Amino acid sequence: MTEINVTVDGVSYVDQVEPRLLLVHYLRDVLGKTGTPIGCDTSNCGACTVLMDGMSVKSCAVLAVQADGAEITTIEGLANGELHPLQRAFNEEHALQCGYCTPGMILASADLLRDNPNPSDEQIREGLEGNLCRCTGYEHIVRAVRRASEAGAAQ
Amino acid sequence: MTITEEPPAAELGRARRRKEDARLITGQTNWTDNIVLPGMLHMAFVRSPVAHAKITSVDVSAALKMPGVVAAFSGADLADQQGSLPCAWPVTEDIVIPPHPPMAVDEVRYVGEAVAAVIARDRYTAADAVAGVDVSYEQLEPVLDMRTALEEGSPKVHEAGNKSYEWVFAAGDLDAAFASAPIVIERDYRQQRLIPCAMEPRAVVSAWDGDQVTLWSATQIPHVLRFALAAFFGIPEQDIRVVAPDVGGGFGSKLQVTAEEVLAVLISRKLRKPVKWTESRSEGNLTVHHGRDQWQRIKIAADSDGRIRGLSVDLLADMGAYLMLVTPGIPLLGAFMFPAIYKMGAYSFRCTGVFTTKMPTDAYRGAGRPEATFAIERIMDELAAELGLDPLEVRERNWIKHEEFPFTTVCGLTYDSGNYEAATARARELFGYDELRAEQERRVSQNDPVRLGIGVSTYTEMCGLAPSRVLGSLSYGAGGWESASIRMLPTGKVEVVTGSSAHGQGHETAWSQIVADQLGVPFEDIRVLHGDTQVSPKGMDTYGSRSLAVGGMAVVGACDKVIAKAKVIASAMLEAPPESVDFAHGKFSAGGGKEVSIQEVALATFAAHNLPEGVEPSLDSDSTYDPENFSFPHGTHLCAVEVDTETGMVTIRKYVAVDDIGKVVNPLIVDGQVHGGIAQGIGQALYEEAVYDDAGNLLTTTLADYLVPSAADVPSYITDRTESPAANRLGVKGVGEAGTIASTPAVVNAIVDALRPLGIRDVTMPCSPERVWRTIETARANGGAA
Repeated sequence: MTEINVTVDGVSYVDQVEPRLLLVHYLRDVLGKTGTPIGCDTSNCGACTVLMDGMSVKSCAVLAVQADGAEITTIEGLANGELHPLQRAFNEEHALQCGYCTPGMILASADLLRDNPNPSDEQIREGLEGNLCRCTGYEHIVRAVRRASEAGAAQ
Repeated sequence: MTITEEPPAAELGRARRRKEDARLITGQTNWTDNIVLPGMLHMAFVRSPVAHAKITSVDVSAALKMPGVVAAFSGADLADQQGSLPCAWPVTEDIVIPPHPPMAVDEVRYVGEAVAAVIARDRYTAADAVAGVDVSYEQLEPVLDMRTALEEGSPKVHEAGNKSYEWVFAAGDLDAAFASAPIVIERDYRQQRLIPCAMEPRAVVSAWDGDQVTLWSATQIPHVLRFALAAFFGIPEQDIRVVAPDVGGGFGSKLQVTAEEVLAVLISRKLRKPVKWTESRSEGNLTVHHGRDQWQRIKIAADSDGRIRGLSVDLLADMGAYLMLVTPGIPLLGAFMFPAIYKMGAYSFRCTGVFTTKMPTDAYRGAGRPEATFAIERIMDELAAELGLDPLEVRERNWIKHEEFPFTTVCGLTYDSGNYEAATARARELFGYDELRAEQERRVSQNDPVRLGIGVSTYTEMCGLAPSRVLGSLSYGAGGWESASIRMLPTGKVEVVTGSSAHGQGHETAWSQIVADQLGVPFEDIRVLHGDTQVSPKGMDTYGSRSLAVGGMAVVGACDKVIAKAKVIASAMLEAPPESVDFAHGKFSAGGGKEVSIQEVALATFAAHNLPEGVEPSLDSDSTYDPENFSFPHGTHLCAVEVDTETGMVTIRKYVAVDDIGKVVNPLIVDGQVHGGIAQGIGQALYEEAVYDDAGNLLTTTLADYLVPSAADVPSYITDRTESPAANRLGVKGVGEAGTIASTPAVVNAIVDALRPLGIRDVTMPCSPERVWRTIETARANGGAA
């Protein structure tokens, strides 16, 4: 067991974890942060995407011990009193159906907009290539990210 | 003074933002894998690494010695209790339905079949314990190609042989139609095997409380699952509660009674502890039922003006190793769809269901109808090419004219409405059809290595599954009705209970819109409940684009009954005879400005102080709706692709979909369904294929190998709608599968259209760059014929 010190959605935690424990299982099974789902085991689908020190990571491809000292933001901590512009835009544009990919899609989009506050549709599509959605055909997701970008989500 | 209020705007047709989203965009979701119960144990499966073998021994002793491992079971340990997974669709009297134990006992018949289960205190320990189970196999020959599986001397999947059934249908004089036909075209098309890949992997939690069990499952069919557990596994129905919490997509893949569900129930009963199982994606690709997998031989006879005389279809359909819930019926859902929107005098259909040593197939988005639409729409293009006609022209010469509805097809289906001319005209306009054709010619004449192709797909489908009597005539094991209840709460709020169990379709929003219109209560005052057999005891669940056309109509029926009950009480409150009381926009009125709202009636009913003699103090109502007929959405999809003849790369340049799905409850939800459907159909056309190697190993177990399209792999879609209302009261037809049914042939027709000048008349799906390139190279080597 290894001790880690992680801040998740503004709360700091100190835990003893197995070195092999995946960050996503730490979030879900240890902290009960079940807002972050798991969609695959090869880091292809992106459903488990969270922000680690502001950068998007697939939490199934990060060990909990690698998050020692890091600040993690999950979908549960993205809203700051009111919904994040991306959350609002996903609702407004009907960018989700079953909603399973949505947490990862929103957090990957947050990182995308941090990197490029005014992306073209093509840049949005390329930027979200690592996040799979089986329901929406992506049209409304692209619109939602564009809408959030116009609403200044990057600030 | 009377204030005249504007009646509230109709909810039907409004782009309401979804009620479901609040929890989904904030992570406050209730996926089955989130569930944690006191004392809960975790289950993992040991799965067969070989396609076909006798099991000679299963030794779980090493696993049992591992710290944290609570129990382990082989198939033999469960043999006397585990029964057989059900097939609810024995399509012929002499169909072979082999026993299908949830866990293999003597023999394994596909890679991934469960041979043992280990149960441990946490998921990591359970995963570790899998390695502690030692299974010995005596390998048998796999059966991997359904075309040779029926030959004498082929190894057998089951003792009874590799043929499950042969199902035939014929109408009209096919021999006469073909005998003198000036044009006869025959083609073989391949529907590759697909993996549904809902984003949420399957998950199950089973917990017993005394002799009652609660099963949480990521399922599309909580009601059917409850019935199956009772009917086939001997658990009294009243002791079973099935809950489908938030379910992350299905596309038919969660329309199943699975081995893992049954084993979780049985093992948690043995251990008297809650048991959870959550699959990994690789486990899911191996063991979630697969889709499609047919060889299609289609033959068309036509007059020299392109009018179809007759059509014959001969299918080989890969069942996989066993028949699951509706496996054998899936190809037959397409049997009546090959003639599509076209008039013809004769038609014959034959389907042979074949066993192989692969994962069983079953429902996948569209289920039978995409396969049929693909074959007919592909061969219509071949007919056009043969005649030198535009593909739209040859379709128009054959389709049912709008003034001919209702129209009974050669299969005996009665299409209630449709307007193929209108949808096609609109699609042509949005697409810029003539301009793109001109560009295509220009590129050919300039010998541009990047060719342009235009693909047409004028599809229809049968939705609203299904009239119970029709299902009965097709030997299906259940009815096709749907159920709804309305509870008028004392404060005037409304609970709507639906038997249609949503997993992304937006029922909570759409059903609220329907009820808001019917009862005249605000959209916000309505709560839709579903997916828990204790809350919603009756239902047939969600698949086959049935929810709105069947379940929505049940909601309307329940509203009617609420209004009828409320009217009696309102008439007493208004001191007017019931026949003089009108109901509109949530208010009962009796003339002279006297009116009472449905909310006031609800409160008066709750108080029950002054109800008329003999009237029950309740407005609550149930309704069950059994449709008279299927619904028949249709549309015209046009796709333009650029094909780089030097690399084989296909790029979709423009995609237009004009769909006629009848009345639209929520255009935003409908657009989403269409977009997602198109993307899945594009996936089949360009990217997706479940590949088994020569030993029967699945090579596409991860999302790195099985290519679900990403945002960068699909185009932006241009969508519009035309409308010819369906015969039901809401005028709705269904939209869940339309995009998938239409888009696959649209894309492949476009690719073939681009390459036809090179002498190419087919490209096998998925049309990957390598496959397109090889097809081009072969055509060049053969001097322009492939």
